[in-house]
Amino acid sequence: METVETFFQWLRQSYGIKITIGYDAWDRAQFLAGLWTTVKLSVLSIIFSLIVGVIGAFAQGSKYLILRAPIGIFVTFFRNTPPLVQLYFFFFALGSVLRVTTETGGSAPMVSAFSWAVISLSLFAGALNTEIFRSGIEAVPKSTLEASESLGFTRFQTYLYVVLPLALRISLPSLGTNLVNLVKTTSLAYAIAVPELLYAAAQIWSEQLNVREMMTVLLLTYILLVAVLVWILGRWEKALRIPGYGV
Amino acid sequence: MAMTDVKWTADQPIVSLKDVRKSYGSVPVLNGISLDIMKGEVICIIGPSGSGKSTLIRCINALNDIQGGSILVEGLEVHDPKLDKLALRKKVGMVFQQYNLFPHKTALQNVMMAPVKVLKENPAEVEKRARELIRKVRLEGKENSYPGELSGGQQQRVAIARSLAMRPDIMLFDEVTAALDPETVKEVLVTIKDLAAEGMTCILVTHEMGFAREVADHIYFTDKGVIVEHGPPAGFFANPTDPRTRQFLSQVL
Amino acid sequence: MWLRPIPEPDARVPGHMDVLLPRRSHQPPALNWREALFNPLTLTLVFAALIASVIGTAWAQDGTPGQASIPSVLLKWTPLLAQGFGYNILISVLSMAVGTLLGVLLGILQVSPVFVIRKFAWLVTQFFRNAPWLVLLFYAILLIPFQVTIFGVTMPFPGWLKAVIGLSLPVMAYMSEYVRGAIQSVPSGQWESAESLGFSRGQTMRMVILPQTVKRILPNWMNLYAVLTMATPLVSIIGVDDIMGYTRSALSAEGRPDVLIPMYLYVLCWFFIYCYPISLMTSRLERRYSVKL
Repeated sequence: METVETFFQWLRQSYGIKITIGYDAWDRAQFLAGLWTTVKLSVLSIIFSLIVGVIGAFAQGSKYLILRAPIGIFVTFFRNTPPLVQLYFFFFALGSVLRVTTETGGSAPMVSAFSWAVISLSLFAGALNTEIFRSGIEAVPKSTLEASESLGFTRFQTYLYVVLPLALRISLPSLGTNLVNLVKTTSLAYAIAVPELLYAAAQIWSEQLNVREMMTVLLLTYILLVAVLVWILGRWEKALRIPGYGV
Repeated sequence: MAMTDVKWTADQPIVSLKDVRKSYGSVPVLNGISLDIMKGEVICIIGPSGSGKSTLIRCINALNDIQGGSILVEGLEVHDPKLDKLALRKKVGMVFQQYNLFPHKTALQNVMMAPVKVLKENPAEVEKRARELIRKVRLEGKENSYPGELSGGQQQRVAIARSLAMRPDIMLFDEVTAALDPETVKEVLVTIKDLAAEGMTCILVTHEMGFAREVADHIYFTDKGVIVEHGPPAGFFANPTDPRTRQFLSQVL
Repeated sequence: MWLRPIPEPDARVPGHMDVLLPRRSHQPPALNWREALFNPLTLTLVFAALIASVIGTAWAQDGTPGQASIPSVLLKWTPLLAQGFGYNILISVLSMAVGTLLGVLLGILQVSPVFVIRKFAWLVTQFFRNAPWLVLLFYAILLIPFQVTIFGVTMPFPGWLKAVIGLSLPVMAYMSEYVRGAIQSVPSGQWESAESLGFSRGQTMRMVILPQTVKRILPNWMNLYAVLTMATPLVSIIGVDDIMGYTRSALSAEGRPDVLIPMYLYVLCWFFIYCYPISLMTSRLERRYSVKL
């Protein structure tokens, strides 16, 4: 640890490169807390957006218009409006309504900024996931479904054992792209003062006046995060690969 | 359901079609088809493209519905809305032109899946049976291959084994060699011949006239949704009576 | 139960059954019920209804004397919001133009025969593709100087221009990937036949290959534009004038919590009405071109 700190001190003294998180414990703690918040935000949003996507795709395959129509409107609306405005709508507009009275008689928000960010990002990415899963399900050949029908599988068994495993594999590339975008989009939480990575970095550079250095660290950190996700997705895709099928 | 099951005895037709009618929108495809098939019989349905052959056997398996007439399979009314579909699927196996194997499962898993998941049979027993079936369709050693790694003929034989794993009484073959390379057609036909020789009731839609002549007990020639002519293969191929049959046979033979 | 009923195959077509082909060969499904449900007309109606309901409840609640009704508040701010939205569109068009130009160049470099150039172009592409848009905006706004001096003339570098540059970077990276993919999808026979006719590499690229990539890139390009437009409110975070910034000023000027929900919905609708037709056209194009791919 000390050698690392010495190295960053030397960078500063010899070249004037101020990577404060390298030698300043306070800045480092702040930055790592931001990183941790971004990771939490990403993981929670990924999980919830997948749930939204699966449920949405289920509902869109329903034969009942009453189920299909609201999901269709939700998907269309969330896909075609800016995620930042959605986030503001949730945090400022809905957040102003959803308040509770505290013991001291004051008024406090019912949902924290972090939670609003998770909700907003999950719905935005979930709308896209719905579309991705739906087209994956539709790409499963009808004749494969007929084969399972003629073997006596019920609709639900067909869905579980044939449609979902194949649809997941078909969807995986687009799903990966969307999840990578979701991780990048978590930086929007900065706008509602969630202390995530960008927020922490901005705090540091406005105190230390080391915009150039912090900015570079920040970009590299995001690219590292995305790289980790891409690696996980790649492993997953490899694990799901069917020999002789697909490209 | 049990009632109708009991009513059928082996001296009655195992499959019985009476005046079956069906149309897609305003296009009629089956215009009153009647035929009876006895247990252990092998019948081949031949005819020009679009004559309704495939639709006919898909109706026997309730993959398509019908608009008129009736289809009885071992005494089950196939198009009764109250029909227990599973009871029918257990009796009738079907093999498709495009094999339709599950691409994410190995050959062995494809064969085992329905008995385990649908019939809830003991996986160990099913596996034993599945391995026997794979041996029977001459694919030993390919148990752990995925469909994408097998040739068309091999996939089709896995599909036959998959249907047989449900222990059906009747097998439907819907142009099962039409999508295959010429050199792999034979291996599939041999498999079907073995089955026929064991006494399996088989209904085939086929373009392989030589095979039909060799294996069938009875040939049905359909055109424009009706049975134009039928009879045992020897007479059917030697002396077709209807001009449409003659024209068709002169084109394909 | 979960699946839509399996349609019966067309018996008139021989060999009508679907072939289990590798997934790339699947044509996108014809989205008929969606088209029936989500054509521009019905959607306009839906959102007219939505706005009407907001306005309707607002009328009903309009009991407090001395307070303007919500629709009249929205109406009052509409000219300002329209001006702000105009900035969003302007920024999106400029960023798209700059990003497209740079992206095409970068994409061509990505298929360069020179290894170093190829790798460098790839690295630049990956870097800007995987960095968050908002972070790139900060990068542009904070690291580009306030003014530049060219030939002794000092010109200010306004914030909106920096925003355009910041937003054009990810556009460039995405375009670069689309161009690379499209160039690589052109059959190699095209290169060979052009070469045998004596075309130089540059001529082949310009006259033979790139024209063939346009159809393939167009749907992606349009989609990218919609995504970019939806990213433009980010500029409000770095203090550049746009609809979002104006909205927030309007809201604080009004100081009325009951205006919050209608106002944000109103802004969402502005974007929806602009972006939805683009995404409709994109999916139409995708379907039309996909048959030939």
